[in-house]
Amino acid sequence: MTALLSVEDLSIAFGAAEPVVKGVSFSLEQGQTLALVGESGSGKTISCRAILGILPKRARPTGRITLNGRDGKLVLSELSERRMRSVRGNAVSMIFQEPMRSLSPLHRVGNQVIEGLMLHQKVSAAQAKAAALEQFERVGFPDPERAFRAYPFELSGGMRQRAMIAMAMIAKPEVLIADEPTTALDVTTQAQVLGLIKELQKETGTAVILVTHDLGVVANMAETVAVMNKGKVMESGSAELVLRDPAHGYTKKLFAAAPMIPDVAEPAPPLPRDDLILTMKDVSKTYRVRGNSRWKPEMLVHACRGVDLAVTRGKTLAIVGESGSGKTTCARIALGAELPDPGGKVMFRASPDAEPIKVHGMSRADRTRFQRQAQMVFQDPYSSLSPRMRVIDALTEPLEIHGLGARSERRDKAAEMLTWVGLKQEMLFRYPHAFSGGQRQRLSIARALMLDPALLVCDEPTSALDVSVQEQILTLLEDIRDRAGLSYLFISHDLAVVARIADEVAVMRQGLVVEQAPPETLFYNPQHPYTKALIAAQPEPDINRPIDLKLVAHGAGSPDSWPEMYRFTADIVPALTELEPGHKVRCHA
Amino acid sequence: MSLLKYAVYRLFTMLVTLWVVSILIFFIINLPPGDYLSNQIAELRATGQESAVEQAEFLRKEYALDRPLWQQYLIWVGFAPGPNGFSGLLQGDFGWSFEFDKPVADIVGDALWLTVLVNLAAVLFVYMVALPLGVLAAAKSKTWVDYTAAFVGYIGLATPNFLLALILFYYGNRYLGLPIGGMMDPQFEGEPMSWEKVKSILIHLIVPTFVIGTSGAAAMMQRLRANLLDELGKPYVETAQAKGLAPAKMLTKYPLRMAFNPFVADIGNLLPAMVSGSVLVSVVLGLQTIGPALLAALKSQDQFLAGFILMFVALLTLIGTMISDLLLVLLDPRIRYGGREA
Repeated sequence: MTALLSVEDLSIAFGAAEPVVKGVSFSLEQGQTLALVGESGSGKTISCRAILGILPKRARPTGRITLNGRDGKLVLSELSERRMRSVRGNAVSMIFQEPMRSLSPLHRVGNQVIEGLMLHQKVSAAQAKAAALEQFERVGFPDPERAFRAYPFELSGGMRQRAMIAMAMIAKPEVLIADEPTTALDVTTQAQVLGLIKELQKETGTAVILVTHDLGVVANMAETVAVMNKGKVMESGSAELVLRDPAHGYTKKLFAAAPMIPDVAEPAPPLPRDDLILTMKDVSKTYRVRGNSRWKPEMLVHACRGVDLAVTRGKTLAIVGESGSGKTTCARIALGAELPDPGGKVMFRASPDAEPIKVHGMSRADRTRFQRQAQMVFQDPYSSLSPRMRVIDALTEPLEIHGLGARSERRDKAAEMLTWVGLKQEMLFRYPHAFSGGQRQRLSIARALMLDPALLVCDEPTSALDVSVQEQILTLLEDIRDRAGLSYLFISHDLAVVARIADEVAVMRQGLVVEQAPPETLFYNPQHPYTKALIAAQPEPDINRPIDLKLVAHGAGSPDSWPEMYRFTADIVPALTELEPGHKVRCHA
Repeated sequence: MSLLKYAVYRLFTMLVTLWVVSILIFFIINLPPGDYLSNQIAELRATGQESAVEQAEFLRKEYALDRPLWQQYLIWVGFAPGPNGFSGLLQGDFGWSFEFDKPVADIVGDALWLTVLVNLAAVLFVYMVALPLGVLAAAKSKTWVDYTAAFVGYIGLATPNFLLALILFYYGNRYLGLPIGGMMDPQFEGEPMSWEKVKSILIHLIVPTFVIGTSGAAAMMQRLRANLLDELGKPYVETAQAKGLAPAKMLTKYPLRMAFNPFVADIGNLLPAMVSGSVLVSVVLGLQTIGPALLAALKSQDQFLAGFILMFVALLTLIGTMISDLLLVLLDPRIRYGGREA
């Protein structure tokens, strides 16, 4: 039996440079899922684009790509551009990583979805619309008519990706290429979108090529795997075999780096509370949002409500939640970058014997001192370093601002910090573009350390990085914490990352802390439906433990669908109750 | 419905802006010491013509130039009664031109709509040239098409308008028999509108349109090209390609729509730039637009004439920006539904 799609000896070079894809071969059977796994720059995405023939102009592909579908045998790599157009979106379609930017913001979703159908099949606009509405219903839009008329910016990230899937599936393709379809989504949304792709596949018999860097996703989705690194296939075979017993060293490395929620045998003791570096008491933040026209009243948005959190000196407090849960607002308030609503209080104590200071409403001198003691590491290492400043300038700038040390002392300090974060001193005179994503995040950490702070606020410091790099950055952060006696306030949407580094976790949803405990306790005995959903949604690289979609859908749904005990509305909010020492859950007692 | 509301709101802000502009114009014109009449009186005194001085003094009273500036302003606009009751811009009385010794309305009359005509023609020319050339240059970027378009564009930008005017007049007249100077053949001046007159005006418009529009078109083309190139790298373009859209259709449906916003927003900026830019050209070409009159009025402190012309240009500008704002709302759902709940 011949494969539905086979790629043989595919190489892709740009101009005269060394090829970025070298002799890649893989094949895909009818109705199966092939996962292409690898880090960024491994050539997995560009290989997929070669199948569709949408490579950049300068690319020079060689090799043979064959499709054995309903239209007989087609050698895609030899088809003319015109014939190729009738394959794209028809026999082979593709969904992309960023649903926000992959849809045109100026055209209605419906218009963009039916376009593919109208191009390839002789249907009237009315028929196409009917097909689109059916597709919308299929991918889980509660109101297909409304989705059809909506503009992309009116939909959430998950809904947009559903629209993309509807668009890709509407012409009933034989092969669907999904390029990191869930990387930009929250864990719970990711679980639901993956579930949807799988269901659609079962129904229509479409074969799927899934590009991902997450072995957990592979375990949940794929029958066969090809692991790619530096443009070559390192290892391939059935998902079961590769995942159970990885043969190649690179695959093993990927495995070791994959963050996992550990199995916990017993809950952890509560954290000591005698020496707190940062305390947030009853902190709320309400934003006024302008109504949709000048004549409508403003709306109030509660970014966070009654947050009580404390960071114990030398420990890590992690705030976990989906986008829009209020975790970043909390961090900004903790740093004094944002003013809480009246009544909220944030106290900071730089050393155990120091006088606590109020973060909001301090004197100028206090503020300067506070800024030296509390620093931040940002999410995106690509945009948080100025491309026009050399490393040495970026690192010494904080010292200059605070007027610390002579020139040579500043330079020595920068060199020292560079070695702390595992970079070499001679890199001081380079510009950020000469560094990889992981190295840039190291620079960003070094910069935060320049002022010898006591508290570091890390806002999703690893979510823009590859898994193996993420692992290294987390290790670095742990080392530095122990070495310099730092305390962390760590913001993340990923429980598995938090599991590693945190001493205490606060789970947030819609501005409220719903559950708070040390991570071991949380994984041993999760109480709140949303926490359960977060844990269940984490894809594990083990094919025997698929994601429990029902649990995810239940907990990640709206708070009024939760069991009576946990339910909350805009006005009635249950209190945060201490179930056992150190383990608090928001529930009606 | 919300569009209508927005239009009404926009009209209201436009009127407020116009009011503020009128204050600015009036006071800036009056910044230099003295006025037309006091200068004249000083001159008459120096030459000993005491009888003429009396007449000038009378005019000063007649036009309230002897009152404080703020009163003069109110009378000029028509908010307050002058020596002859309410008679200002609001009432349709544009004032008296001392330089030409005629009512402003008489001097400006024909020139007003000729100015509008010339500049509208130039704006249309800009868009008609810039749109296809810009798209072509972006679609075929870094090929000879792109380079040729850029070369022609830069020549257009770099050539002084009046020089271009002289060259075009010479060759246009020599090889195509185009008329030199003026807005129409002399026999039609002051005549009622007729088919022949329209034809004459249209033929006379060709060179001025080209001259006034060239540099604008070149700049606009380069901007459109740059915008379009930015858009071509966006992921939604890839999505469209992956659907199997043909390149031309894809280009016009998606990136061009996105690149259109700044293009439309430029209408507002284009009008004033052209009106003021065309003053010199009008002088060189001998066009009876308000340009030459404005120049003369500003030189001799003929305040009512200058004030009126400046107000007129401001009005054109505001109408231009209003049109582009309304078009943007029509074109871009993000502006229209920005606040709508997701």
